[in-house]
Amino acid sequence: MLFDFNVISQWLHGALTSVMPEWAAILTESILVALAIITLYAVFAIILIYMERKICAFFQCRLGPMRVGKWGLLQLFADVFKMLTKEIISMRQSDRFLHNLAPFLVVIASMLTFACLPWNKGAHILDFNVGVFFMLAASSIGVVGILLAGWSSNNKYSLIGAMRSGAQIISYELSIGLTMLTMMALTGTLQISEIVEQQYAEGWNIVRGHVPAVIAFLIYLIAGNAECNRGPFDLPESESELTAGYHTEYSGMHFGFYYLSEYLNLFITAGIATTIFLGGWAPLHIIGLDGFNGVMDYIPGIVWFVGKTLFVVFLLMWIRWTFPRLRIDQILALEWKYLVPISLVNLVVMAIVAAYGFHF
Amino acid sequence: MNSHNIMFIVLAVFIALSSFMTVLTKSIIRAATYLLFVLLGTAGLYFLMGYTFLGSVQVMVYAGGIVVLYVFSILLTSGAKDVVNNRTKKKVFFAALLSLVGFATVLVVLLKHGFKAAVLSAPEEGGITIDSVGRFMLSSGQNGYLLPFEAVSVLLLACIVAGLLIARKR
Repeated sequence: MLFDFNVISQWLHGALTSVMPEWAAILTESILVALAIITLYAVFAIILIYMERKICAFFQCRLGPMRVGKWGLLQLFADVFKMLTKEIISMRQSDRFLHNLAPFLVVIASMLTFACLPWNKGAHILDFNVGVFFMLAASSIGVVGILLAGWSSNNKYSLIGAMRSGAQIISYELSIGLTMLTMMALTGTLQISEIVEQQYAEGWNIVRGHVPAVIAFLIYLIAGNAECNRGPFDLPESESELTAGYHTEYSGMHFGFYYLSEYLNLFITAGIATTIFLGGWAPLHIIGLDGFNGVMDYIPGIVWFVGKTLFVVFLLMWIRWTFPRLRIDQILALEWKYLVPISLVNLVVMAIVAAYGFHF
Repeated sequence: MNSHNIMFIVLAVFIALSSFMTVLTKSIIRAATYLLFVLLGTAGLYFLMGYTFLGSVQVMVYAGGIVVLYVFSILLTSGAKDVVNNRTKKKVFFAALLSLVGFATVLVVLLKHGFKAAVLSAPEEGGITIDSVGRFMLSSGQNGYLLPFEAVSVLLLACIVAGLLIARKR
């Protein structure tokens, strides 16, 4: 049967409480979990950046990094060391404190959201009763970091870029919230572990909710891409036309934090899509094929979760390297004139489907 | 001493320091940033007590909504570089009076309140699930909030219509 991570966490708790008082054990566990989050954060950033460079290269009929290490595998480590040793330049007459604080706000927001992902059966770090709502709330802190970054750079282009990104992220949060609401109408719970358990028992939400779920999935992918400033919505990347965006004046590791959080936000967006629509760590089950389902259960949940997430990441990268960049007014028109009305109608359709029991 | 008490002290010191900085700083945008820290610390207190819904709402509405709105309006108006410097004697007097009255009220409430030492010992999510919040929100019974909920919706609708009216092209 499927491996349950609770075995490990309970064994660890028992081992720690046998040598130290309860509060010290909880403190130690919290520190261990924090270290695990930070390590996973860094590891997935490296994996995603390598993946992005290779996939981008293949879409453009190139090979990508090939010189450093076999297939360029060590290229990323070289890049990381370069980034770490670069000088952090501070602007004249800018607000030093806010300038240094802003990247951390963005990273904290994405780490809090990262902590909500369900990795395996029993392996979730933050599993509140209001899980999905908390996740949306935590991800909304990042906008403050972006706005402060633009303002504290003491540069008009950065300020305008921050306004653009802020308006874009706030607008697309609406679509994300509405698609989440649509799926919550189907699942009837906001707790992330329960959502996945339910999909393990009754099938993936994208199949259970059929038409409205597929529409919600597509809208979520578009809005999620816009939310992490990627894909055809990557205005801060357009340095030749718009003098980049809110992070123009950042250098060294402070720029690195933005870079890091962009890739991790991509992973988080894909991870949430996996959790809500594609069954999280739930293995692929086909009704009637019990032998096949039994074999699938032997593959651990973390493999399923990471595999599906990387598949969604691949879809998002495919979108990014295929479509041309949109202008800011086109971005906002796409959200307010198309995605929001469609998702509102979709919410009503899903409410009908859930109320009359038209789902599987 | 347990881990909840330690976390409470950390959060309390964080909130107190940030609120002092909010008032004492000269730059208006820094004040907004410190206010963000105060609001996040308050959300932390809610999480410590097990009120995860309240904590999430605090982060969503205040940190992700109100502070962003503040920062946006500071950036859009020319107020970003405004420094509070025109302190007339009359202004200082009234401000001092107001803060004295506020301080006295808070002090009286604090001293009159009988604090229980053991309240913080067992934070559980148990009682207040989002399910029960939703049911109370839409119930017209004894503890229902249907009327205020609908009244607030009408108010928000009025705000949206008013905003459209102001922003429309003539």
